[in-house]
This record gives sequence, structure tokens and C-alpha cells, in this order.
Amino acid sequence: MSTAVNESAPGGAARHHAGLPRLLPAAPEDLHAHLARYGPTPYQRRPGVLIAAVETAGLTGRGGAAFPVYRKLDVVARAGLRQGRKVVVANGAESEPASRKDEMLLRLAPNLVLDGLQLAAEAVGATEAHLYLHYAPGPQILRALAERASRGLDRLGVTVTQAPPRFLAGQETAVVNRLGGGPALPTFQPPRVTERGLGGAPTLVQNVETLAHLALIARYGPRWFRAVGTGDEPGSMLTTIYRPDTKAHIREAAIGTPLSALLGAIDGASDGGVQAWLVGGYHGTWLPVPDAAGVTLDNASLARFGAAAGAGVLAALPSDRCGLTETARVTGYLAAESAGQCGPCLNGLPRIAAALAELAGFKGPGHRRRTVADLERWSGLVEGRGACHHPDGTVRFVRSALTTFAPEIARHARGQCSATERRPYLPLPDGLPAREEDWT
Amino acid sequence: MAENLRVNPIQCTGHGVCAELLPELVTLDEWGYPIIDPRPVPPALDRDARRAVAACPTLALRLLRSEQPARSG
Repeated sequence: MSTAVNESAPGGAARHHAGLPRLLPAAPEDLHAHLARYGPTPYQRRPGVLIAAVETAGLTGRGGAAFPVYRKLDVVARAGLRQGRKVVVANGAESEPASRKDEMLLRLAPNLVLDGLQLAAEAVGATEAHLYLHYAPGPQILRALAERASRGLDRLGVTVTQAPPRFLAGQETAVVNRLGGGPALPTFQPPRVTERGLGGAPTLVQNVETLAHLALIARYGPRWFRAVGTGDEPGSMLTTIYRPDTKAHIREAAIGTPLSALLGAIDGASDGGVQAWLVGGYHGTWLPVPDAAGVTLDNASLARFGAAAGAGVLAALPSDRCGLTETARVTGYLAAESAGQCGPCLNGLPRIAAALAELAGFKGPGHRRRTVADLERWSGLVEGRGACHHPDGTVRFVRSALTTFAPEIARHARGQCSATERRPYLPLPDGLPAREEDWT
Repeated sequence: MAENLRVNPIQCTGHGVCAELLPELVTLDEWGYPIIDPRPVPPALDRDARRAVAACPTLALRLLRSEQPARSG
């Protein structure tokens, strides 16, 4: 089939223009609508063809780590025996409680994700395909799976597995453990799951949004993909945006978009002003505004502030809230979400969380200095010492808060708090802290 | 071939034997878990490093060829 796209004439031959949104239709699309828009799954006839296209496109993982997709595809394509078992997994666990973009994508465009899953399977020569979700599959997903199965569109049947609603359940090694019937807990690497994953088989785990992009690259080619984004970080990404005046808002943004265009004016009268931005979710980074007001949604720009786009969670903290209190609350959650497997994380995170809670309370100035020193020391002690990146991400979040909210920490030491609104702002899962047995 | 010491933090339960046998490369944090020198094991300590690996009660300590970027831990 031709991959040429007439970008100048929307409609007709150019079914899919290069602009945005690329991934999210206005309303859920069933198989009929999906086929009308995109045509059939563009199988490439032999394994490996798509890998070169994905490399040229420069697609990176949209689950948070931004790892080059072609490299994982390539390792799995080459791994194992020619006729042996190989596994691909569409990861929709989206275990970050503030992220809602994968859920939205699976609701609106399930067939695009399932196309991507089949195409990735073809590219690496997989014998088995899985869809991994942290909730029971919704009607759109079930319908898409049923419609595709009844028309025989898919080369591999898709097994759906439900993950526990835990922060680490979407971590690659935890996914493989859960699919193998065990708890959704991370394991130590090496070996990487791309070499020895599910049941010892080479396993490709890709975020569902990544697979949707892949399905479009297979249709329209790398040049089309690179028509938006930056030269080094092409394409678009889904973001979950929290602004003072709105609830969670899912938006597909070109990589490189100014954060101010997504998060709103920092002193907008409509929202009463914003004091800081959180970029990259709860393993992400607080940025003070207006210092960071010129930053753009790409890792080259964000790296100057020690930040990364992660899975696209962006939050604007209103001026009437306390950033220290918000950080303490989220860190308490992150500490409770430690798998408790690694000594430094098991010991360090609860101490870090308790120290932050103490700072967010009202203690004397001498006490504050010691608590901040403890926080800095413990942060250094847990960093890089877990089997997964949970301690590293938590420490990134905490350290950025110590810098960004330093004036607020000083205020609390004097027994004051600048917040006039005390309701929690950043979303956390409802209910009691999770228990040990909740990993399956 | 240069090698790095690496600890599997899931298997490690903080017995501290490694820090006793190889204090040049392993110290313990305030909770008793090993902090490993990320640099390749110098030849002079090769023997001691192997002893520490063999002595770990949970088999958490390993010597890996240096192609993997070493992490402290």
C-alpha cells in the first residue's frame, strides 16, 4: 500500500493530516469507524520492516522512560530461537494516579492500540500478544477485541490481564511477573525482559500510546511522524493536565509545545495565579514559576530544570495552595507504594515521607534545619539503590520540592502557611493505604 | 576483563558480611545495607571480592563484567 499522504487536501485521499490530534478522535471509534478512517492493519509482510521505519521516525516510549522504541523492538526481534516463544505486551496499566491519558486513548481509539500491538508482534516475530490494564476492560475495548476476532483481523489472539491498582504495577518487570501469574512486583535486572521475560521468553512491553503511534508510523511513514515535534524528539504525546480552573484534561500536544500554552498563563486572573508547575507526575519535578515560564514540553528543554516529560502528567499548582503540604501528601503515598523489597527504599522512603510531614506541620527553626539535612541525606542514600526506579523518582520529586518550596518551608518553621485553600489538589487513589496482599 | 561488584537489592537482607570482608569497596548505610563502590574491582582486591561474593548468605552479591554501567548500591 502507499504511505504517501496528501497533506494539503484534508478529506478524500488524505485521511489523516499531519497536525493534531493524531490519536484521539472526538468520540469512541468502533471497528467500522476505525476502518473507514485508517483502512486495515498495515502488515509489513516480514518481521523487521517496521523497525527501520520506527528508528527513522524517532519514536520513543510514551510510558514515561522515553526509551527509543526501535532498540527494544530490535533486541526482541533478534532474541531467542527463530521458532521459539516470543511475547508482546500492550501496557495500559497507567499506574500513575494522576495520569488518565492511556485510559482515554483506550476508550476513544482502542483499535489503533490493537493495530499497534499486532504490528509490533509482526515486527519482532512474536507468538503471543497481551493487553495489560489496571482496571476491568471497558466496553469499548471489549467490543474492539470481539469485532476484530469475529472478522479474523488479528494474527494473534489477545489475552487481557488486569493489574492491581498499585503505583509500580506498570513497571516492565512487574508486568511480566503479573502476566506469569505472580504478584505485580518489580524484579532485579539483568536479565532484561527483552531477553528473558514472560516464562523466559523474549518479551516486548510497550505502553499503549506508543503502540498507537507505531500503528500510524506503519501507515503514514516516518516523515509524516516527524512533521510535528522537535528534531531530536519528534511527534506528539498525550498529556494529562491539571489546572486550577479545570478537572483533569487530556490533550495531545506536539513535543516542544511551550508549557505555558498547556498550563495556562501563570498569573491569569481567571485562575487566581499559579506558583509552580509539576512536570512528569509523582516521579517528576516541581518547577517554580515564573523562573521556568519559558520551558517547553521536550526533554532537552526540561532537562535544564532537572525535569523530564515522563508520561505527560502536568499540573499547575494554584497560588492559594501549599506546595509543601501537597508534596508531603504525595510522598506519603509513594512511600506506601514501595514494594518493600529493597532495603534502602523500604527504610528510606517512610523516613523521607515522615520528615516532609513534619516540615509541613509547624516546628521550630532549629528542628527544621535538622529535618532538611536528614531529608537530603536519606535522598542520597536511596537514590540508585532499588531494583526499580521508585526510589530515584521519589527523590527527584522530593528534592525539587525542597528547592521550589524553600520559602514555604521557612514560613512553616515560623508557624505560618501561605495556603488559604486546604483541600487536596493533586489526585491520589481513594481509600486506605494498600496492603501487602494487594499486589495481585 | 574488568568486573564490577553489584548487589541484587531484592535478595540483600543486610547481613553485612560483604562490608566485613571487603571494607575497601563496601560500606554499610545507616540501615545496614551495603553501599558498593561503583568502580571496577582493582586486581589487588579481586580475591577478596570473590570471597565476599561467595560468603553472601543470600547470594545477593555478584561480580558482573563491566560492560553494564555500574550502579552504586
